[in-house]
Amino acid sequence: MAGFSYFPHTDDDIRVMLERVGVRSLDDLYSDVPADFIYKGEYDLPAAMSEQEVRDFFEELGKKNTQLKVFVGQGAYDHYVPSVLPYITSRSEFLTAYTPYQCEISQGTLRYIFEWQSMVCRLTGMDVANASMYDGPSAAAEALRMSVACTRKRNKVVVSTKLMQNVLDVVKTYLKYPDIEVVYAWDVLTELGPDVAGVIVPSICRHGVIQDLTGIADAVHAAGALLIEYCDPSALAVLKTPAEWGADIAVGDGQSLGIPLCYGGPYVGFLACKSDYMRKLPGRIVGQSVDASGKRCFVLTLQAREQHIRREKATSNICSNQSLMALWVTVYLSLMGPEGLRKVNELSCAGAHYLYDELLKTGRFEEAFPGRPFLKEFCLKPLVPVATLQQKLLDAGFFGALELDGYVTFCVTEKRTKAEIDALVAVVKEIAL
Amino acid sequence: MRYYDKLIFELSHKGRTGYSLPGSSLGKVALPSELLRKSPLDLPEVSEVDVVRHYTNLSQMNFGVDTGFYPLGSCTMKYNPKINEEIAAHPLFAGLHPLQPAETVKGAQEVIDGLDAALAAITGMKHFTFLPCAGAHGELTGLMLMREYHLAKGDTARVKVIVPDSAHGTNPASAAVCGLEIVEVKSGADGLVDVEALKPLLGPDVAGIMMTNPNTLGLFERQIGEIAKLVHEAGGLLYYDGANMNPLLGKVRPGDMGFDIMHLNLHKTFSTPHGGGGPGSGPVGVGERVLPYLRIPQTSGFHGNFGVMLRAYAYILMLGREHVKMAGPLATLSANYIKESLKDCYKLPIPTVCKHEFVFDGLINDGAREGKAGATTLDVAKRLLDYGYHAPTIYFPLLFHQALMIEPTETESLETLDDFIAVMKKIAAEAAEDPDILHGAPHNAPIGRPDETTAARNPILKA
Repeated sequence: MAGFSYFPHTDDDIRVMLERVGVRSLDDLYSDVPADFIYKGEYDLPAAMSEQEVRDFFEELGKKNTQLKVFVGQGAYDHYVPSVLPYITSRSEFLTAYTPYQCEISQGTLRYIFEWQSMVCRLTGMDVANASMYDGPSAAAEALRMSVACTRKRNKVVVSTKLMQNVLDVVKTYLKYPDIEVVYAWDVLTELGPDVAGVIVPSICRHGVIQDLTGIADAVHAAGALLIEYCDPSALAVLKTPAEWGADIAVGDGQSLGIPLCYGGPYVGFLACKSDYMRKLPGRIVGQSVDASGKRCFVLTLQAREQHIRREKATSNICSNQSLMALWVTVYLSLMGPEGLRKVNELSCAGAHYLYDELLKTGRFEEAFPGRPFLKEFCLKPLVPVATLQQKLLDAGFFGALELDGYVTFCVTEKRTKAEIDALVAVVKEIAL
Repeated sequence: MRYYDKLIFELSHKGRTGYSLPGSSLGKVALPSELLRKSPLDLPEVSEVDVVRHYTNLSQMNFGVDTGFYPLGSCTMKYNPKINEEIAAHPLFAGLHPLQPAETVKGAQEVIDGLDAALAAITGMKHFTFLPCAGAHGELTGLMLMREYHLAKGDTARVKVIVPDSAHGTNPASAAVCGLEIVEVKSGADGLVDVEALKPLLGPDVAGIMMTNPNTLGLFERQIGEIAKLVHEAGGLLYYDGANMNPLLGKVRPGDMGFDIMHLNLHKTFSTPHGGGGPGSGPVGVGERVLPYLRIPQTSGFHGNFGVMLRAYAYILMLGREHVKMAGPLATLSANYIKESLKDCYKLPIPTVCKHEFVFDGLINDGAREGKAGATTLDVAKRLLDYGYHAPTIYFPLLFHQALMIEPTETESLETLDDFIAVMKKIAAEAAEDPDILHGAPHNAPIGRPDETTAARNPILKA
């Protein structure tokens, strides 16, 4: 078997091993498989490539993508990724480890997850966070299921249609099959009732408007339900926290905290709650303990909630997390600190408002939500054909003006310079009214 | 490994900065104060070097595949090639926004299509959806497809799914989350699904069956042809849990065995790193029957874990049609080699040829004697850490009380396997001599055994 770098077996090795096993050939190892099921054809795959050829292959594919200046958010934000992040997260002790089952040789993973949980709690104001979820939308769906598990004899949830489309889509998918009644409403308070277990609202709506959630938590709680807030964790450095609004559960996507766009994944979801609901929290949780000699250590804990113990009685089937992506976020937040994250928001907000004003000045747009506050993402009503607008922007190397509910949406992060914004505006100005 | 006791918060020093951001000429926007955060944000204030040293120190308390042999059963801890990482970080892919128009992401689409075609060729399925981010997520998505298939035919009565007692814990959990009722089918003494026990369970209320083949004992379910026929005749579908696909890689295709829906774990069979628990990728493939419904379940926010898909595709291109045929057989050879080499020291409940993994049921001589408890599977696992190995999977499957599940994969050399065998024999000898040596293990890891009971009773879950 010489000649392939991932398989260390020489022909001699194989012979020695077959002898020990007591069979004559590798094929004999499959004598328990009915002959009909042994695949005898040639696999319809490309011929093996050398590493150089693989590198060239992806370089060529990569060139078929258009590299654009991103002026769209909608759940994936082009924030700056500090060079420390890929450096630390590619350390193979983190990268090539499994879930930390053997805690004595997994203290690295367990410690950063504990730090992640702590940071999620500090950002959201919640008491407990889990070790992370697949992404924000699936975390929202799990939070709604959790609200049903937390309340007695209530089987209905109310979902705000102000949430982003992909959150709505995933929620709809997750709740379709287990027979939970889902009601969608622009104003969630109109749907409260004695059978409602949970209500989910965004802290920033799909159109970019920062929500004033005054009174919502009180109304939801008065109806005996839990309030779930979907938030952009980066924005929580400056915006009122879910805890301050009175929410019981906070969810969202950690991508805005240092994770590259990477065509939509891998990202990381977070799910945090008030301590009352700790034992209904899905997913892995890391806790602090001591070892036999009294040393501080960290372990997977509260496992009685989990699928491998409860099997069909578990409220969630999640059995892993997005551990490495949680590390990206943890290292990012360590570098940024409170000041850095506040500045990211200030720069993004200033850039977004500048773009907003300049676009209005072109006369090609009208305000969609006059006077409503926004942070880095906003909508405008286009007065020029959207297809033309989008194509002109693409031709000039910009991704912006994504169509949404009859408006177009833009987003500006701290990565976008004034020169880039001015260049985008100049393109818009050339479009005939 | 050295013990390092800091948390990043404990390095914080007011006024210290770890970030570098541009200045701005655009001024500051005042947002309405009633919308602003009131409580201080207590994140660490540390320098860049503090951050790098802290996380480097943490990494040194971790064991990965690159550290040493990781024979964790059912997890397929094969070597993670480095070219995969280079491709996944490629700037021509990393900067793509998931909502960019199709004509600007043609290269990314070719990656998805190319991987889809390759996985279809390897598994005998028609097409895959890449939305699931993990194996359990794939199970959930696959079961949703099973439900869509029946619902499309107006058949609302099929609310039961049959799951063997040897199944991964996620199978029943995924089925329950999908609103399905679980019916367990027993294994026979040979460790295989008992076809006679299955027959009476089938009926018009059964949506389908979830099977792992080879099963969690590492045994090929040789009656699968008969099982597929029976389930299909009863109007049900077959779901293939791809967690154990590795021994079949290049040898047997789930589609040919009659499976209608399956998931693969790209982080197992296709060499993408486990990342300490994720991100993985659990693409779901379907055969002809289920193909019309493939795009219905939207179980994640964009296109799935694209970065993981890049890695898996790079791996498949390196293997090519020549080497793919060797992966499963070499993994199977390694497992059988360890099994045959250790069966004199460890109880082997099912002695037949295994696939990629097998299960011991504890030590033959655990050293138990008057006044002294014998060494358990947990003790063996902890002692292995002292000798520089990751432990096998323990206490799973539930069929055996002292289960010790070993999966070596095809990327380990004969010398590595021989060294591991020697250590396992040494541990068996230590147990026979004095089980206390094992009871106290690990002796030279960064920490000793933790107090898990107190951690669960009085949880400290944040700093």
